[in-house]
Amino acid sequence: MEQVATRDAYGQALKRLGEKYRDVVVLDGDLSKSTKTADFAGAFPDRFFNMGIAEQNMMTVAAGLAASGKVVFASSFAIFAVGRAFEQVRNSIAYGQMNVKVCATHAGVTVGEDGGSHQSVEDIAIMRAIPNMQVVVPADGPSTVQAVNAIYHEPGPFYLRLGRSKVPTIYTDEMDFKIGRAIKLREGKDVGILACGIMVAEALRAASALAAAGIEAAVLDVHTIKPLDREAVLQVARETGCLVTAEEHSVIGGLGGAVAELVSSEFPVPVEKLGIPDVFGQSGKPSELLAFYGLTSDKIVELARNAMGKKAHK
Amino acid sequence: MREINDQVTAELEKKAKILRREVIKMLGKAGSGHPGGSLSAADIMACLYFWEMKYDPQRPDWEERDRFVLSKGHVAPVLYAALAESGFFSGEKLASLRQLGSPLQGHPDLRKLPGVEASTGSLGQGFGWAVGMAMAAKLDRRDSRIYVLLGDGEMQEGIVWEAVMAANQYKLDNLTAIVDNNGMQIDGHLSEIMSVEPIAPKLKEFGWNTREIDGHHIPGILEALEEARNSKGKPFAIVAKTIKGKGCSFMENQVDWHGKAPSADQIDQALRELA
Repeated sequence: MEQVATRDAYGQALKRLGEKYRDVVVLDGDLSKSTKTADFAGAFPDRFFNMGIAEQNMMTVAAGLAASGKVVFASSFAIFAVGRAFEQVRNSIAYGQMNVKVCATHAGVTVGEDGGSHQSVEDIAIMRAIPNMQVVVPADGPSTVQAVNAIYHEPGPFYLRLGRSKVPTIYTDEMDFKIGRAIKLREGKDVGILACGIMVAEALRAASALAAAGIEAAVLDVHTIKPLDREAVLQVARETGCLVTAEEHSVIGGLGGAVAELVSSEFPVPVEKLGIPDVFGQSGKPSELLAFYGLTSDKIVELARNAMGKKAHK
Repeated sequence: MREINDQVTAELEKKAKILRREVIKMLGKAGSGHPGGSLSAADIMACLYFWEMKYDPQRPDWEERDRFVLSKGHVAPVLYAALAESGFFSGEKLASLRQLGSPLQGHPDLRKLPGVEASTGSLGQGFGWAVGMAMAAKLDRRDSRIYVLLGDGEMQEGIVWEAVMAANQYKLDNLTAIVDNNGMQIDGHLSEIMSVEPIAPKLKEFGWNTREIDGHHIPGILEALEEARNSKGKPFAIVAKTIKGKGCSFMENQVDWHGKAPSADQIDQALRELA
């Protein structure tokens, strides 16, 4: 299977966006080679501003550019874009409904060797809690390209969560990406697996494994965490009667939290949440860390069985 | 070029007095807000809105307009008074300051009120907005100028210095920062809490052109703004020495008047003094 890091797809998509639209302006905080905004910077040096190691100011400058009609893509690592600059993103970008796309790479534990200080495990929860902010977590290269195009065309603040490591390509380049519309990748009646980001590929693997054991699992790529595709999630809940969520993020407040908030009031079913269990990350190879924190298809299979065991009527 | 003469000065002094009177009335009606810093900035605001800046209240989105960002967003009342007096909206609206549903929020909200260029109030952030606006004007080769008003206490925020560096790096000579240097913050004098002095030399070291003025002397403010307009290759900072609560005897240089509203009797006295 082809492997592409979502940050690489982002860099390429941003450059193509810049070719098509003159109002695209890109900011980075001295990480352009890592976030891949360097691709855009090389092609359009006039519309790229390196704001130095000063993420907070980068976000307020982004708001000012947006107030002057620019569509601003501001990039850094997730830990800095969301953590360091939280209040600037909140008060200058989201509060003012500014047309700024906060595109953060190096989210989650697959940052790898840099360790826990640089592995953002709480960014989805933080961004999701901010009014006006929309949150997108693409699963692979093609869906990242589509997401970048989609958030350019949709006015208002976005948080796009991207990764450092290569991930399996699931979609074709022609895939149909719509903000707020989850993608049903597999039908099933026994359990619903809802995943985002790098865990979508694991969810598909888990569904294959479950199928071999005679269990039919539905798989939903919930690439937009906010606004959540309520209808798609509730439909899977109704069809299967139990859910597993899977994300490279804390079990608190991310996709699992969003799904649980919805189904607990609209159609209560057991929800097993796979994620990082309220701990910080650590140094290691990305693959080792995914195994260490149980972000694997095997674990999804285990939780799927657990969820099925908790169904009210088996 | 327009001539700065006694008539211009007298007219702007009159405008500043109108702004001060409106600030007192608004805060009295609202029962809360920030009079001290609103009054210290009134002369600067009068010079910007009634002399220096080009804008069209009938077309708040006019691309070629100059832009003003109130980075010290807590003195929103003086901004609202200037916008109403400029004709962006009816002066009757001023009475709704800080009330539920009012477009005159406790701190400026660009989505609620015409003429407000940035949602500010979290200190230091408006400065970055102004830097972004100045960058956009350069990109578009627009001849808009960007003005940002900062408090001296606000300069304790680290992000202010990030913005200072960025403006220098990108040679934003279309940007003028004005520091309302009244020397006080909520908890007391800056010198006792966290000194930011000397401000102008610091900014100069960061690559800015600077000028220190008396922030209540209208001709001096106008000359500094003219110098800033003609300055090329570097951003320009005007450090304006001011008196917190200026124009209202019992508020002048009183830390207590940073963030509380006057009583009915105090309003009467203030308005008599500002008649």
